[in-house]
Amino acid sequence: MTIRKCETMSIVTAEHIVLVRQAVRKQSVALGFNLVDQTKFVTAASELARNTLDHGGGGSVHLEIVETDRRTGIRLTFEDQGPGIANLDLALTDGYTSGNGMGLGLSGARRLSNEFEIWSEPGKGTRVTIVRWK
Amino acid sequence: MERIPILKMGVFLLVTIQVDMHDRLALTLQDDLTDQIVKHRARGVLIDISTLEMVDSFIGRMLGTIASMARLLDADTVVVGMQPSVAITLVELGLSLKGIRTALDVEKGMAALQLAFAERGDTQDDDS
Repeated sequence: MTIRKCETMSIVTAEHIVLVRQAVRKQSVALGFNLVDQTKFVTAASELARNTLDHGGGGSVHLEIVETDRRTGIRLTFEDQGPGIANLDLALTDGYTSGNGMGLGLSGARRLSNEFEIWSEPGKGTRVTIVRWK
Repeated sequence: MERIPILKMGVFLLVTIQVDMHDRLALTLQDDLTDQIVKHRARGVLIDISTLEMVDSFIGRMLGTIASMARLLDADTVVVGMQPSVAITLVELGLSLKGIRTALDVEKGMAALQLAFAERGDTQDDDS
């Protein structure tokens, strides 16, 4: 797999969530995603960016255009050095919330992406990677 | 401070969300709307989201909260103009916006508010 393009954006304020959405939309359009796929991936990015801000205390997202010999896609890696998630299975359950949200962030983002990976360690932080292929 | 304008039309309030809202702007709209419902004794709220390219769980929750608050303040809420791609995404996200009344466009939304208002057999306040 080759990485054709990458950029890193910080997620420290609510305005940054909007900027992340716009950047993901722009890349989705550039890659020729159809409107539904664009919307799904932008929404997934919005959920994860908010998690990074609200639960991780801020962090960053790394945006990459990835290419295999068969297909092209967008990979987003959200990272924070926040409190981490003690029980990942629970955090990935629909409706489970640690805050005042609806508990759809992680599980929803997983459904809206083609690939989903999460790493978290209490006290160290959380890293979530999602990919959507064209 | 940045705000989303709320228009008054008879006993109804109209809001058109035309920007990619950051979270604080969404919360401000929620507060402003409840204030305006009471101030104008509004009986219905129409929220046009036809230009919104994305509704995530935060904005979805805000729409639900507005509808619930409006209900407690004796006003109906109709959300109009949702793009098909947004509807598809919301369902996959796991958010079906139960309890929120929707209509395809502003015209149908206004008709729904007027019908609900008429069915309740209310009379307008003298000062409205």
